[in-house]
This record gives sequence, structure tokens and C-alpha cells, in this order.
Amino acid sequence: MKTLGEILISKEPITEILMGNHALVRAMLESGVKVVTSYPGSPTPEIAEGIRSIPKDKNPMYFEFSVNEKVATEVAFGAAMNGHLSTVFFKSVGLNVAADSFVQLGLFDLQGGMVIVLGDDPGANSSQNEQDNRHFSKLSYIPMFEPNSPKEVYEMFKEAANIAKTKHMPVILRLTTHVCHAKEKIEFDKLEIEEYDYSPRFDHINAPHIPIAARALDMKRMALKRLEEFKKISNNSKFNEFICNGNKKRGIIVAGLPYLSLLDVLEYANEKVDILKIGIVNPLPEEKIIEFLKNHEEVKILEELDDIMEKDIKTLAYENKINTKIIGKIDIEDWIGEYKPDKVYEILKKTWPDLLPDLEIEKANIELNPRPPQLCPGCGHRSAFHAIKYALKETDITVADIGCHTLGFLEPYNMGQVLLSMGHSTSTGAGLSLFNKTRNVVAFLGDSTLFHAGIPGIINAIFNNHNLTLIIMENGTTAMTGHQDLPSIGKNINGPTEAIPIKKMLEGLGVKYIREVDTYQQAKLREYVIEAQKEEGLKVIIAKHPCMLKLTREQRRKGTFRNNKVEVTNKCDHQYVCISDFGCPAYQITPEGDVWVQEDLCIGDGSCIQTCPTNALSFKIVSKGMINNESI
Amino acid sequence: MKAFNIYLIGVGGQGIGLLSEVIIRAADKSGLNVRGVDTHGLAQRGGTVSSNIRIGDNINSPLIMKGQADLVVALERHEALRGMNDYSKNNSTVIYYDAVWQPLDVRLRKTKEIENETIEVEAKRRKIKLIKVFLDDLKDARMQNMAVLATMAKNKLIPNVEKEHYLSAINDLLSGNVLENNLELFEKVFSL
Repeated sequence: MKTLGEILISKEPITEILMGNHALVRAMLESGVKVVTSYPGSPTPEIAEGIRSIPKDKNPMYFEFSVNEKVATEVAFGAAMNGHLSTVFFKSVGLNVAADSFVQLGLFDLQGGMVIVLGDDPGANSSQNEQDNRHFSKLSYIPMFEPNSPKEVYEMFKEAANIAKTKHMPVILRLTTHVCHAKEKIEFDKLEIEEYDYSPRFDHINAPHIPIAARALDMKRMALKRLEEFKKISNNSKFNEFICNGNKKRGIIVAGLPYLSLLDVLEYANEKVDILKIGIVNPLPEEKIIEFLKNHEEVKILEELDDIMEKDIKTLAYENKINTKIIGKIDIEDWIGEYKPDKVYEILKKTWPDLLPDLEIEKANIELNPRPPQLCPGCGHRSAFHAIKYALKETDITVADIGCHTLGFLEPYNMGQVLLSMGHSTSTGAGLSLFNKTRNVVAFLGDSTLFHAGIPGIINAIFNNHNLTLIIMENGTTAMTGHQDLPSIGKNINGPTEAIPIKKMLEGLGVKYIREVDTYQQAKLREYVIEAQKEEGLKVIIAKHPCMLKLTREQRRKGTFRNNKVEVTNKCDHQYVCISDFGCPAYQITPEGDVWVQEDLCIGDGSCIQTCPTNALSFKIVSKGMINNESI
Repeated sequence: MKAFNIYLIGVGGQGIGLLSEVIIRAADKSGLNVRGVDTHGLAQRGGTVSSNIRIGDNINSPLIMKGQADLVVALERHEALRGMNDYSKNNSTVIYYDAVWQPLDVRLRKTKEIENETIEVEAKRRKIKLIKVFLDDLKDARMQNMAVLATMAKNKLIPNVEKEHYLSAINDLLSGNVLENNLELFEKVFSL
């Protein structure tokens, strides 16, 4: 077996098939990155998986999951100020959390240099929106590279890191979901891990590090100057490519993954089109673009998400008195979704109808409904929703937050009716409680999200006497992104650490009403929710149960997994509570309407047994006790 | 060679990721140029999971265009029909493991479970070669993907990729008991 860690740390040049996120880790090592920070979020968590796969004694990098993206950015900033090349990575919307600090980075002389790796998510594959973080590159005067493949991720990171280090500045590497997760064969260079002097190099005298009053403007001047100078790098970058097919009429300007989609689509084209592929999207390689515009009658800007290049290129054409017809986005659909080959086909067909033939794709005879993600078998959130639903009136308001429990919005639970952002639920719930004397407000919040951004909302609810019930869904892990540790469990990616117990923390903040219960104790949880509605102020119920996906995986690995199964006995009188209300996916239904247990899915946790009104559910196989009472 | 497109589809938790990784490596070991991409994120929560593999000299994007798959590999019956509907070319091949993980709508009795006959009729209409895999003595449902892989190897569903390439790829990715059990199953299904 080839382990990822061995591949990543191999001193000799190595050729391997890796995904973009893993190739990035190799690039970090080759570039001499010393400090890496992050907060988990798709499409980037496999970067951490790559770092973790390297044997500790061979890894020259310090890595941490910080509590949120802002903190991660600041830790990486501090390390860079101290002379160490640093990298921070997180998902698209993570930059909104980090923004307060991030937008300042360009103003600083970062001794060690810093690379910010962003995982944007066109298509909202696993995000609440598809925001285009190229805007932030402009907002902060920080240059941005955009790779289209794992190979370019590897090469561009090294280039970005080298510039960051030598010019003492931040540089952004913008990845998108299907670049992060794409796999291809890459030739990696040799890895030389040099002896490194870790001594602190922070210098508070020589550089302005305090952007106040006039100094802030001087620092802004420096950021702008650096960006201006970067145009030279952008114009001369090997990552720009001019694909000349001798077409004087039509050209296309493109960057990132849409470039690869374009190449595939043009395989169908009746005519070869010239292409200018751009590697650095801010600042744009203006000279290259001007030349390209001048040499074509019509130029299409093929650009995923927003019209950022389009506006710049049109400005450039105007200032240089170029009459080329520039075709940007045509309608709203061009702003939405990922530029996969299918989408690029549609867009090009819309732009130049004669360029592409009609693709005859067979239409299906039978349509299937989508299969949305669901709570796993045994998930504590299911028990919680099942219990809480019966404690609330139809008219009560439930506020969702981000995490696995967001899936409670789906049938059959329909719990959590509004979602804004990480950790918003207490404050949004507070807003919904204003002037509201008739409808109870119940907010949900996961434990990782509590530490990430949930605490200020709780403090605010106490500070301003808001009246709502907050249910903290504690499963002891950051489950949705692949089970990263969090501050309440007493360990992090590097080893044991001081645990921050949630209940004590809340008591310390001044929450008067706190109840704690394992979610499998559904009756008790229900009772607490009913009781909480009678109290004034902020009431917190900690509804806890370990993430069963994580727990059962660990048990399987250790060989301690108890292969229990639940069965439906002949007492079943077809009330379907197990399916229609509790909704565990292990319960399936025959065409005749009989309920049965799909044993491939049943983990034998037994949390369902208490939900059957006719006691028709029981354990079929019980091996050495049950797993339902293990605590976090 | 011209691009050969493989679209894999299943339900989160069925092992599409490993199956895709083995195929990518096996194709590479056979000397072919290959690119692929999986869906990640929320996928492990029982939603549809898919993976794209593209083999050949003239490939760019790791993503397959709709209706352009030469081979659809599915690990669940409903997803087999979904994969075929969305990605299969006419005259191509679909292989699926006949497990059923009922979608929510079926469990809530809003729609009916897809029958094998329905898939057969649709495949016939579109002249798609259909291979159904099912073992009634499979000890661990998590090895259904290996049963499908062995059947793919046996039927030489990917041009130029041979048994030894698959075995070598499996050896790269697994170890210990898991490796042994999977190899044993692979050989068993291959010799059926």
C-alpha cells in the first residue's frame, strides 16, 4: 500500500495521481511553508487530511484547525510577521468570516510571506451560496492566481509562495470545487527540507505595523504599488497561454476550470477558435489581453460566476481605443452555476450559434426525484428533532444553523425554517422574538459552530434580554466536513489539549437556564423543551449524542463494533411512525406497504425503538450490549 | 485513443470513492492517460454520490458531458437508472449492483421503488448493454463495490485495462485484512 504521507514526503522526484488538495500539500512542503492554519469547510478539508498523513517527525510544518477563519487568518498573519512562510486555507464563505482581518493583509510587510488558499464553490455543491471571491482580491489589493487542474495547483502554489516570500506579501490561490477534487498524474520535483532557523524575527521598529490615521494611507499606497508591480509578473506569467488557431475573427478569454471545459466543447466545434487562457486573475495580464483584443474581431469573455474580467477588459478596450466586439455575459443564467462542459456548450452556442452543432442527447423516459443527503442512521440529531417537534406548536418558529442538523429542514422533520450563516441562529432567533408574544422561537446550533461564531450571539441574548430557546446540538465533532476536532473534546489535530466544557462556559457567560440531555432520551428532551417555553429569557438545552458515523467507523477500525440489528415484529400495525416521522433511512417499505429493516444501513443503535406506538420494533441481534448509551 | 468516459454513481456510504480511485489507478497502470473527479461535501450523508473518470489522450476537463458516458457504473438500483438517464450514450454499457437503498420519496410512499424490469426496458430501448451484479452470500455490504469491479474486469469493460492492473491498483490502496478480503472476493467473482 502506498500511503499518502509517504508520497507527499518523498525526497526523490515522484510521479503520482493525486487530487488537487493533496498536490497542494506537496507544494507547501517544497515551498518551505512553516505554518498552516484552517477552519474545515468543503472543498478544502482534504488539504488537512494530506498534512495529517505525513509522519509527525518528518513534517516541518505546524498545522492547526483554528476556531474560525478569522482566527486562522490572524494566526497565519502572526507567523508571517515573525518571518515564517505561512498558509491559511478555508472555503469560500469562510472568507466572509475572515474578511475583517483579511482585507488588511495587503497593507503589511509580511516578513515571511503568506499564501491564502480559497476553496470557492461555483455550483454551490456544498455551500449556502456560490460567491465569487475574486471580488475580495480586488477589495484587498492582494494578487490572485487561479489554477485549472491539480497540476496547476501544485505549480501555481509554488510560484505564489515564492513571490510571497521574496516580496514579503500576501498572495491568494483561488481553487474551485472540481479543481480541489480533480485527480490526475503529476510529476513532483524533489523535496529538499532545509535546515531552518525558527527564531523569531518580528521587527516592530522598521516597518509600519499599526495602520492608524496617515500611516494607514501610506500602507495602502504600498499595497497599491505592489499590486501595480505585480502586473509585470502577471503579463510574463507562464500560466498564461495563447492557443493560436489562426482565427482572426473569434477569440475567447478564459481562466480556471472553465478553460478545460472549453477545450472539450471545442472538440465539437465547426471552427477552431483562438484562446487566451489567463493564470493570474488579479491583476490581469493587460498587455496580453490588449494584444489579443487587437487581433480579433470578436472576443468572448468566458467567465464563471460574476463579470469581473469582463468589466476590466471592456475598460481596457475603451482606454486603448480598441473596437473589438467584446461579448460578456448574455443573460442571468450566465451568472449562475458551474461552468462544466455542458454549461460551456450552452453558453458558446448562445454566443455563436453557428459554432457548434446541436448535440442529440437521448431524453429519459422516466424521471427520478433527486436523492438529497440525510441524517445518518443512529444520528442523535434525528432523535432530537423527533423529540422536539412534539414539544412545539405548529406555529412556533425554528431557526436552523450550519451543520449536519441543517438537514433537519428536510422531510420528514421540517425543523429549522431559516438559515443565514455560521452561528447566526441565536441572534436571528432573538430578532424573531422581538414583539413576539405568541410564537415560541427555538434556535439550533451545532457545537463546532458554537465555538466558531455562535458565542457572541449568546452573549448578546443575555446582554439584551432576548427571549428564546437555544438548542445546542452537541455531537463532539465537526461532522459535516469530515470529523475534525473541536474545543470541547480535549484534543486537537496535534494531541491532547484543555477541554472547554460547553455547559461550564455557558454558566460562566451567565445563562441561567441550562439543561443537558442525551438526545436518545427523547422523552426527557421533550420535557425540557416544554419546560423551557415557560421561562423568560435565553434558555439553553444541550442536546448531545456522539456522531454515530464517526463512532461506528472508529469502532469498526478497532474491531469493537457491535453488529446489532433492529427488526420489525408482527406487532406492526402500519402506523409508519418509524418512517414518516422518525425517518431513519434503514426503514424501507415493500410494495404491499410492509415495513422492513435494510440491514446494510441499520447500525443497531436502537434509538428508533422508543418511537413505535405499538412497540413493534425490537433488537433482532444484540451482540455484547448496546451502543446507544455511550457518552461523548 | 478517443476519450472513454466512465460515470460512477451510488449513495453516500457505498464506496464510490474507493471504486473510482481503483479504476483511475488501474487505467494509469495500463498506460492510459486518465483524469477524474469525485463529488464530496455533504455526500456522505446518504445523498447521491458520483464520480467522473475520463480516459484517453484527448481529455481536458475531468467532468463528463451529459449523455456522453461510455460506461455507467452504479452501486444502487435507483441510481443506476439515474446514471443511465443522465449520462449514458446510446449503445453504451451500464453495470450496477442490485442493492436498494430506498430514496425518501419511496419510503414516504410518494413514489414507487424502481424495479429491475424498468431498467431493462429502458436499456433495451436505448440499446444499452446492461450487466446486473448481485451476490446472495456477500458477507459485508461494503464490498459490493469490489463485486462490481471484479465483474468489470471479467467483462473487460474498460478497453486495455486488464485484471492485473486492477489488482495492482487495489494493492496500492488497501492493506491488511481489508486487502485480503477484497482480493479474495475479487478472485471469486472473477472466476464465477
